Parts: sequence; C-alpha cells; structure tokens
Amino acid sequence: MTGISAYGTSIPLRRIKVEEIAKQWGDNPENIKNGLRVKEKTVRNHDEDSATLAVEASREAIKTNQINAKQIEAVYVGSESPPYAVKPTAGIVAEAVGATPNLTGADLEFACKAGTAGIQAAIGMIKSNEIDKALVIGTDTSQSSPNNALEYSAGCGAGALVLDKQGEIAEIKKTTSYTTDTPDFWRKAHKEFPDHGGRFTGKPAYFKHVINSTKNLLEQTGKDKEEFDYFIFHQPNGKFPLKAAKKLEIPKEKVEPGLVTPKIGNTYSAATFLGLSNVLDRAKPGQEILLTSYGSGAGSDSFWIKMKQQPENKLEKKKPEKTLEDKINRKKYVDYGTYASYMNKLKEVY
Amino acid sequence: MQEAIPLNWRKYPERYRLEGTHCEECGQDFYPKKNICPNCRRKGKLEDKQMPREGKIISYSKVKASHKDFKDETPYYVALIELKNGVTIFSQVVDSLDNEVEIGAEVEKVFRKLNDKKYGVIAYSHKFRVKK
Ligand SMILES: [Zn+2]
Repeated sequence: MTGISAYGTSIPLRRIKVEEIAKQWGDNPENIKNGLRVKEKTVRNHDEDSATLAVEASREAIKTNQINAKQIEAVYVGSESPPYAVKPTAGIVAEAVGATPNLTGADLEFACKAGTAGIQAAIGMIKSNEIDKALVIGTDTSQSSPNNALEYSAGCGAGALVLDKQGEIAEIKKTTSYTTDTPDFWRKAHKEFPDHGGRFTGKPAYFKHVINSTKNLLEQTGKDKEEFDYFIFHQPNGKFPLKAAKKLEIPKEKVEPGLVTPKIGNTYSAATFLGLSNVLDRAKPGQEILLTSYGSGAGSDSFWIKMKQQPENKLEKKKPEKTLEDKINRKKYVDYGTYASYMNKLKEVY
Repeated sequence: MQEAIPLNWRKYPERYRLEGTHCEECGQDFYPKKNICPNCRRKGKLEDKQMPREGKIISYSKVKASHKDFKDETPYYVALIELKNGVTIFSQVVDSLDNEVEIGAEVEKVFRKLNDKKYGVIAYSHKFRVKK
C-alpha cells in the first residue's frame, strides 16, 4: 500500500484585503467578494519564494513525525512559480531538509495540479518497490497582472506530504485523472504575468475536468459518494468548489472543511495540499476523503484517501503542532504599495 | 552585494541546515563550524551536527538605516540568539510583530532568501522568527 505518513504547510504571514486592491482600481469590493467568495489573500514577503515556502512546509512534515530525512528517496516539487526558470527547486528542498545526496528529484509542471502529478509519480515509485519514502510538495507564489481579475485571488503557500508504504496517517487507495488540451489559462515563456480565457475558465475547463475526474474515481472504485466524509476540490476561488459539489450532488458541509481559499486566496499548486491539510487536521481514524485537483491547460487528478484505523490520540500525535487554521489566523495586513513591491510587480509595468 | 558563487555554495550546510560541529571529547557544540576544538585542541574529535532550530533572543536591534540592497526590508530586526544548546548566533528576525521582538522571546529558525539579484544565484539562509 501507499499512504501519507506526515504532512506540513506553510503560508506567509502577510495578507492583503480585497478592499485594498479594489481601492486601487476603482472596483466595488463587495461585488468582488461575493463574486469570488474571497475576502483576503496571502502575500509573500520580499525574502520568500516558492522554494522557501516548500522548505518550511517540508520541514514541518518531517519534524512532526520524526522522519529520517536521509530515508527520503524522491523529492517532487509541483509549482508554476519556481524561483529559477532552469535550476530545480527539488534540489534546494532536498538539501535544506538534509535528504541529499542519495535520492531522485524533479520539478513538475501542470499549472495548479503539478503537485498532485507529483503524488502520482511518488505512488508509482513506491508501489513498484523502487523507493520507500517520497516527499511531495505543491508550492506557489503566483503572479497576477495589476488591475486584472486574477489579482484578487492569486495567493502564496505550500503544502508537503511524506508518502511511504506505511501510511501512518492515511492510505491513498486509488488515483484517477482526466486530461485534455484546453486553452483556459497560460503564460508564455519570458512573460511575467499570465493570460486567461475569461469565461473559458469555468464550464469547459474547471468544471468539466474536476467533475469527470471525480466521476472516474467513483466509477473505477465502485464507491458511492455518500461513503466519503470530506471532499476537497481545487479552489481558484471560494465559489467553484461549492458549485462543483452542487453539480455532483455533494452537501456543502463535506466541502467546506477543505476550502481555505476564501481566507488565503488561490494558492495554485498548493491549493489542494492546503485543503487536504485542513481536512487532515480534523479528520478521525477511518474517515474517507476524496480529493480532486485541477490544473489549467487542462487536467484533474483524483484521490481516494482513507484515514488509518488507530486510536485517536495516536493519530493526533502525528499531526503538526500548529493547525493550518492557526496559521491562517495569524496575519499582518499590508497596503497595495507594499504588496506590489514584495510581489515584484513594478518591474514589468509599462 | 553578490557574493562569489563558491562561497555561497560552501556555506549550504551552515546556511540551509544550521550545521555546526560537535566535539565528542568535551561535548561542546560550535557554530559556525570549527576545524579545531578550542577546548581540546589536538585531542578534540569534531563531527558535523545540526544545531537546534529553536532558541531565545538575548539581545536585539531594529535596523532603520541599511545598505541599499536591503532597502525593501528596512526597518528590520537583527538579534543575538541563544540556541537550545547554548550556542549563540547572530541572525535576522522576520515575520514578527513589533511588540513580539523582545529579550527572552522564544524564536524558531526559518528558511529565507538572503539576497536575490537579477543575475547570479539566489542565496538562501537561516533567519529566525518569534515563536507563536
Ligand atoms: Zn572539545
């Protein structure tokens, strides 16, 4: 079997409110907050990037369950905002957590689902007995053009999972996917900010892939959706996951624990990892979770995750000391000027 | 203030993992790394050891005027920190609110960028933040 033996998260301390961004561009903040169901978003500090967030999330995972870093035989990092165009973040993470040098590593790309592609790669390596332990990370400090709709939601964060044969926290029982060529969101090489296909981002992109991948998982496992206690969907905003749930006839109470975007923004590759962490923080032994990621371009990966049967106090000891909610609640607001400077927005404005 | 690439690279163990040295002979930890134990001299047996990632502030200062490379982050805090094993280390304190940075405050190590210029490699290193 393959499962999760540790998890960790990292989000920046800084936040910017929708109101503060709306003020710059003369938008009505209430319309945006209702439209996106996002109140505020995370902002990286000048000395944070997707690699530093990845390292912090990984360290929390490793420290919590006293994982011997030297036993990690693969590091996969999923991101669309790596610090270097060429030079792997996986190496930086492996070096920082002390896993080097006897391991494999790679940075993966598939918009916001690069991290879950990493989970699938790790599952393959573990199930085929090539390795015993992998560290998989979804991390992003995503860019958005000033005065663009994306600016209200593009946030920063990282989530890390240690996967191995033991699955001390939960077992990953099955994974399925759904992939097509869909032009909903892209960034050309050497461009600072991404473009998106406006209305194209909804129905033919997010919903089609998320729903079909989820249905693939239910069909291939013969599971009934009633059997799942939590559903986590990729969350570019606070609305899409709830709408997907409605289409799949899933009660919103099962989706809300895994929905963190309204308070931290869309953390791209980290979004499903953070949604999952928020669920793991409260999940009980034996509970079942269905997770579906989404990456523009486009594709979705789904996972059936089952919490390991064990005494509850034993499970709690394997969870990080600080919950993701603790981290979400600790914050410092910044104004638009500070935000623009931290996010390096000023260099390509013309 | 771009330092030479080999210099940055050689410091990875110290900067990334807070690796110092431990003397098996007298039991003392050292950071930064030592080649010879100052207590035991030639009899010392030194080995690499990761320093504890937690400690407390024993002295600090708020830097209000800095080198132009640090303009964006000024004002910022620097502190003398005593790690859990007694080793002292000088480092920047980030992500902490003004009323939290004080003598005796518990801090924990974080991994951050030291500098990042348009050309050249990014230097990552340790900084600390008040534990909350
Ligand atoms: Zn000695």
